[in-house]
Amino acid sequence: MNKTTKYGLLLLLLIALPFIVNATPFLGPTWVRILGYAMLYVMLALGLNIVIGYAGLLDMGYIGFYALGAYLYALLSSPHLAESGLVAAALDWPFWVIIPLCAIVAGVAGALLGAPTLKLRGDYLAIVTLGFGEIIRIFMNNLDRPFNLTNGPQGINNINPLHLGDHSLKNTWSLFGLEVTPVINYYLVFLAIVIFVIFLSSRLENSRIGRAWMALREDEIAAEAMGLNKRNIKLLAFGMGATFGGVSGSLFASYQGFVSPESFVLMESVMVLAMVVLGGMGSITGVVIGAVILSVMPELFRDLVNAIQPVLVNNITFISEDTLRNVLDASTLRMLVFGFAMVLVMRYRPEGLFPSTRRRQELHDKDDEPFDSAHYVKESSHAKISADEPDNRDTTGEGR
Amino acid sequence: MEILLQQILNGLVLGSVYALVALGYTMVYGIIGLINFAHGEVVMVGAMITITMLSLFQSMGIELPGVVVLLMAMMISVPACMLLAYFMEKTAYRPLRKAPKLAPLITAIGISIILQNLAMMIWGRGFKSFPSVIDVEPIDFMGATVTNLQIAIMVVAVLMMLGLWFLVEKTKLGKAMRATAVNQEVAGLMGISINHIISMTFVIGAALAAVAGVMRAANYGQADAYMGAILGLKAFSAAVLGGIGNIFGAMAGGILLGVIESLAAGYIGDLTGGFLGSHYQDIFAFIVLILVLVFRPSGLLGERVAERA
Repeated sequence: MNKTTKYGLLLLLLIALPFIVNATPFLGPTWVRILGYAMLYVMLALGLNIVIGYAGLLDMGYIGFYALGAYLYALLSSPHLAESGLVAAALDWPFWVIIPLCAIVAGVAGALLGAPTLKLRGDYLAIVTLGFGEIIRIFMNNLDRPFNLTNGPQGINNINPLHLGDHSLKNTWSLFGLEVTPVINYYLVFLAIVIFVIFLSSRLENSRIGRAWMALREDEIAAEAMGLNKRNIKLLAFGMGATFGGVSGSLFASYQGFVSPESFVLMESVMVLAMVVLGGMGSITGVVIGAVILSVMPELFRDLVNAIQPVLVNNITFISEDTLRNVLDASTLRMLVFGFAMVLVMRYRPEGLFPSTRRRQELHDKDDEPFDSAHYVKESSHAKISADEPDNRDTTGEGR
Repeated sequence: MEILLQQILNGLVLGSVYALVALGYTMVYGIIGLINFAHGEVVMVGAMITITMLSLFQSMGIELPGVVVLLMAMMISVPACMLLAYFMEKTAYRPLRKAPKLAPLITAIGISIILQNLAMMIWGRGFKSFPSVIDVEPIDFMGATVTNLQIAIMVVAVLMMLGLWFLVEKTKLGKAMRATAVNQEVAGLMGISINHIISMTFVIGAALAAVAGVMRAANYGQADAYMGAILGLKAFSAAVLGGIGNIFGAMAGGILLGVIESLAAGYIGDLTGGFLGSHYQDIFAFIVLILVLVFRPSGLLGERVAERA
């Protein structure tokens, strides 16, 4: 089977998936919806992968850009601004204006945020971006007075679905007798966008810019000596990553129909980060798989916990009921699993579950181990690489 | 005038807590160059264990002065936090000491999430109120009000900072810590056990953090599983403001940040004509952080920051 047939089959399977899931008795429309969210997470994770995976910059406030996109879409495509008296009539901008606008606003915000931290060590960036994510959320939570821009903690309701004239993704239509429901519509549109994003990511990865990002990630001084403009390239990484976030945010708003600040808490940033880390930073396949696993798994988990919890609560008497409920809380357990995943992956397989070749080599490079003698280092790294990948010595540059 | 004085006093109390937490960040950063994201969680664990112990003592009907009961509770919570930090360092950070910078940073975030959610499992999601073991009495100070508890917080914070100064500058352990911070390999060659010193740094930081957590919980009368995250961020901002890696910087930065935050929250409504209110209090720390990074990345007292990532 050649590559084209393989990808063609995969694509067919992905297109058929929502119909199959919809018809399966235990899954049904709820799970099609979850698949739609999984697609959004794939987009987010691929965007964050540009910043963390390619450029090696730890962005902890990534969800802030998602929030920007979502609120921008919500404001421009819902009756909210008219209701709060800020504009005369309900806004209903077409999506082909809003989505590019979200991309631009998020991209500019990303670059602006990156600017002050360029000269600093990478870990400052984590804190500054984290702070930025919180600032965005605090503003969204509080900008309901003195004039009602974001409707505070209640969030914005009645957001229009993606539509072009009368053709809306909220319409059910039939294709050869198959009923295509709104959630399936959204899934298919998201799938198309995800494929485009994957294409874009892989083109970026192998472009001049992508190579520049990786060069900066691996050795900043050497990269600068080769004539790379560190500032512009890093800002581009921020901007590009944020753009992806902004676009998926606007899609999220239209998909969900409402937005509220609690969708954009710090833990969401952490979750996207966990997806990228688990899958393998810098590897598109890895990040996609990581995002799908970590967005679908918690839902399975929730079903499982909801099924088990009443049984345990009824049968275990030696622990108090409250404690048991706290321990068996689906979202707590989920975050706990994310936390352990991050620690264990970094500890035992820092390149992620499905790594990119280059990242893997970088992380297993023993060149700058401080205490060993040069002779020992060379020998041990040879041994390591030849045991792992026997024919790889030429390409890694070891033993030159 | 009274309002100004009141806000400054509140700021000093807030700042003492920030300073104690910031010390933990700055010591760890100074010695191994890692932002210990889980430090805020140690603060939370300290507060929660103290509250649990106090409730336990109350239910046991122990009739002792409040201060003694509180000290007894802290005799348990502080060592518990020190142990926690010790194992945290040993399991999550030590194996990654030679890995690329991103790796320990991500495990730190992971540890922080684990601790937060474990705390939620043990203590639940809601607020735990701080048992009223100490009779809080307001004292009038030139028109402003300050409670005896707040005075105690400031005094204890200053004492702990003096103790830390003594430890770092005057003892052998402190000398070893400073040597390790300057150059790990050379310090190792001089017979200093690097692993031991790094563990000790984490443990001392955790002790300060646990006390800070108790102060915070006592001052607000409550604690919850989320309190560490935002407090940790602000304390980190304070450490950067003072110059990260510099112990006096963390003290000064913490107190300064507390005062800035308190004043800004008190006056932002007037300054912006009612557009922004005191509910924006949480953003000032980040604004300060970003401004410091733009205009004086080395902080007030620090020197070494602009290294490469």
